[in-house]
Amino acid sequence: MAASKEMTDQSRRSFVKQTAAGAAAMSVVPGVILYDVARAARDPGDAVTDRTRWGMLIDANKCVDGCTDCVTACHEENGVHQLGRPATDAQWIRKVHLRDKQTGREYGIPVMCQHCEHPPCVDVCPTGSSFKRADGIVLVDKHICIGCRYCMMACPYKARSFIHEDVTGQAVHAPRGKGTVESCTFCIHKVDAGEGTTACVQACQHDALVFGDLNDPDSRISRELAKYPSRQLRADLRLNLGVRYRNI
Amino acid sequence: MRAILGQLFLLGPMLIVGSVVAGDRVSLPKYPQPVGEKCVEPADIMRREHMNFILHQRDETVYKGIRGITAKHSLKDCIDCHAGYDEQGKAMPINAKGQFCESCHNYVAVSIDCFGCHRTTPDEINKMRQLTVKFNQDRPYGGE
Amino acid sequence: MKPVNFTQIEGKSFGYWALLGVLGAITLTGFVAAMYMEHHGHYVTGMTNQIVWGMPHVFAVYLIIAASGALNIASIASVFGKAAYEPLAPLSALLAIALLTGGLVVLILDLGRPDRLIIAMTYWNLKSIFAWNQLLYNGFFVIVILYIWFMMEKRMRKYSKVAGMIAFIWRLILTTGTGSIFGFLVARQSYDAAIMAPMFIMMSFVAGLAIYILVLMIAYSWTGRELGDSVLRRLKNLLAVFISAVLYFVLVYHLTNLYAAEHHGIEAFILLGKNGGSQYSSIFWGLQILIGSVVPTIILFSSLSSQRLMIGIASALAVLGGLAQMYVIIIGGQAYPLDIFPGMEIVNSGFMDGMSVAYSTSLPEIILGAGMGFGVALIMVVIGISVLRFLPQSLADEIVDPHYVAKASS
Repeated sequence: MAASKEMTDQSRRSFVKQTAAGAAAMSVVPGVILYDVARAARDPGDAVTDRTRWGMLIDANKCVDGCTDCVTACHEENGVHQLGRPATDAQWIRKVHLRDKQTGREYGIPVMCQHCEHPPCVDVCPTGSSFKRADGIVLVDKHICIGCRYCMMACPYKARSFIHEDVTGQAVHAPRGKGTVESCTFCIHKVDAGEGTTACVQACQHDALVFGDLNDPDSRISRELAKYPSRQLRADLRLNLGVRYRNI
Repeated sequence: MRAILGQLFLLGPMLIVGSVVAGDRVSLPKYPQPVGEKCVEPADIMRREHMNFILHQRDETVYKGIRGITAKHSLKDCIDCHAGYDEQGKAMPINAKGQFCESCHNYVAVSIDCFGCHRTTPDEINKMRQLTVKFNQDRPYGGE
Repeated sequence: MKPVNFTQIEGKSFGYWALLGVLGAITLTGFVAAMYMEHHGHYVTGMTNQIVWGMPHVFAVYLIIAASGALNIASIASVFGKAAYEPLAPLSALLAIALLTGGLVVLILDLGRPDRLIIAMTYWNLKSIFAWNQLLYNGFFVIVILYIWFMMEKRMRKYSKVAGMIAFIWRLILTTGTGSIFGFLVARQSYDAAIMAPMFIMMSFVAGLAIYILVLMIAYSWTGRELGDSVLRRLKNLLAVFISAVLYFVLVYHLTNLYAAEHHGIEAFILLGKNGGSQYSSIFWGLQILIGSVVPTIILFSSLSSQRLMIGIASALAVLGGLAQMYVIIIGGQAYPLDIFPGMEIVNSGFMDGMSVAYSTSLPEIILGAGMGFGVALIMVVIGISVLRFLPQSLADEIVDPHYVAKASS
C-alpha cells in the first residue's frame, strides 16, 4: 500500500513537473493551481501527515493600501460576524499598516495566525486544546478548550480571539461559540477538501498571497521562497513560522 | 450559565424515574420526520451510541482532518437529515423546542453541549461544498 | 515559656453568625457576578481581546501567592526552629488552604467555560505551566492538610517537622510555578524574565504575612483573647523586611530592563506613563511604591508601630500595595502593545496593534475577584477556627516569648 502510494506520488510529481511552467502561469486564477492541489490531495479517509506543511507567503509590495478583501473574505467564509464592539469582536485576520521609523517607507500587510512550527500557544495550553496538526496547521480543539486565555497571553502575534458573547449563524464548517478561543485555521475545511487554497488567497485580486506546501520543493510557495528573500515576524523567537513575508 | 444549570438538573432523570414509578406518564418525544432513506446506523444503536459515534468522529475530524463524505458519523450530517422546517420552508434549529435533538434530550433531561459552537441548521452553501468535496475526493489525484 | 493551649472559638455568639452572614452575602454576590459574566459572556467585563486577563486574575493570583506566603509563618517554626512561631503555625496552615481555595475559585469562575472544569482535570498537557500548577495546587492541599493533622494529633506530632519541611519546599516550588506563568511568556515585553519567580516568592512572603497579621489581630480582638506585644513585634519587623526585599526585586527587574534598548518602551510605559501608560505609572508609583511599600515600611520600622492600630494599617497598606503590584504586572503587562514589528511605527491596524489599550475594570470583575476570593477564604478561616483548635487560648508574652522575663523579677 505504502509502496504503491509512493509510486503514485512519483508519477504525480513528474506529471506536475512537466506542467510546472503552465501551473505557475495560471496560479493567479483562484482554484486552478493544479500543482499544489495535486500534491496535497490525500486518499479519502486517510489522516493528515507531516509530509505536507502548509504555509503562506505574503508580498507587501503587492498588497494594496486600503484593500481589505482578504479580511472580509475570511470572516465571511468562517462566519466571523462583527458586532460593532472592536475590543471584543473576534479577528482572524487583520490589515496592519506600517511605517519605518527611520526611512519613512510605508506598507500594509495582513497578519493572522502564523502557524508556528513551535507554537507558544500549544506549549502553554493546560488541556492540550491548542494543538498543531501533522500538516503544520495550528488549531484550537474547542471541545476541550476551557477558555483560560493563556494561549492569548503567550501568542506573540495577537492572532487569537476569545469569543466574548453568544454566537449564532455559524458556518457549518467553522463551529465557534462563547467562552472558547479561536484563530485562523488556514481554511482547514478547504484544505481537507483538497482545494489547496484559502478564502483570503482566493479573494486577493493582487496576487499578494500565495498558499501552498512548504515541504514540496516544487510548489509555487517553495519556489518563490527559494528565489526571493523573505522574512518571518519576530524571527528572533525562532518559532519557524508557516507564514512568510516578502518586502517588509 | 445554562450548562451549569443543566448540571444542576442532573436530578431530572431521578425525578422522571420517580414519577414513572408513581404511575404518571411522561409522553414520548415527538419530532419532525427526517429526510433520506435510512440513518447511518440502525435507530436502536443510534439511540444508545450516538454520543460515542459523534465523540469518536469529532477527534478523527479535528486531529486527523477526516471530514466530508468520509466522516461517517458527522454531526453536520445528523442536522442535514434531521432538521425540521417551518411553513415557509425555513430550517428550524435542531436544538429548538420540539426539534430532533431537543425533544429527546429534554425527555431524558440531558443537556447538549454541541450547539454552543456548532451550527444548528443545514447550510445551503455547504451543500455546494459537499459536491465539490465529493468531486475532489472521487478524484483524489485531481489533475491527473 | 508555658505549654500552649489551643482551643476553638466559641462559635455561638450573635457576632459570629453575623460575621458569617456578612461573609456569606459577599461570597454570594461574587457568585452572582460570575454567573452574570458567564451568562452574557465576557464582553460585559473590562476584559477584551487585548487585556485578556483582568481584575479576577489580579485577585486570584494575589490570593494564590498569599496562600503560600501565609504558610511561611509555620515554616519559620518547623524549618527554621523558631520556638516563638510554633503557636502561630496551625492558623498559618489554615489560612494557606483558605486563601488558595479562594484564589482558585475565582480563577475557575472566570474561565470562559467553567462548566468544563472536569476537562481541566482530565486532559493534561504536561508542557503547560498551568497544568504543572494544577498539580502543585492539589499537592499543596494534601501536604498542608497532612501538616495540620500532624500538628494537631499528639501521636503524629513527631512527624510534623518533616511535614513542615516538605510543605516549605513545596510552597517554594508552587510560587515559582505561579511566577513562571508570566516569567516564561516570551511574547510580551514585560514578562519573559526569570526574576518573576523569585520576585513572586518574595511578594508571597509579604502578602501572606500581612493577611496573617490582620486575621490574627482581628481574631484575638473580637474573641477577647490575649495577644502579646512580643508576637506582633516579631511579625511586624518581619513584614518590614519582606516589603523591603520586594522593593529590591522590583528595582533589579526595572534596572535590567532599563539597560536594554529593547525594553525602553515598556519601561517608559510603566515608569513614566508614556504612550498611554499613565494609569499604570500612577498605580505603580502611587499605590505600589509609595502607599503600599514605603509608607508601611516607615510605619513598621518607626516608633509608630508601637500602636497596634498602626501595625494593622501598615499590614492593610501592604495588602493594597501587593494588589497594586499584581495589577501593574498583569494588566500593565498586557496593556503595553506586543512588539510584532520591531523598529516599525504602526500607522493603523484592524486590531489595535501598536496601541496601548485602555482597561477600565467592571463591577462584576471586582465583585467576583474581591468578594468571591476573600469571601470564600475568610469563611473557611472563620468556620475552621470554630470547629478545630487552630488558635492558642492566649498569645500573651509569657506564653510565646522564649526570652520572657517576668517584669516583677527584673
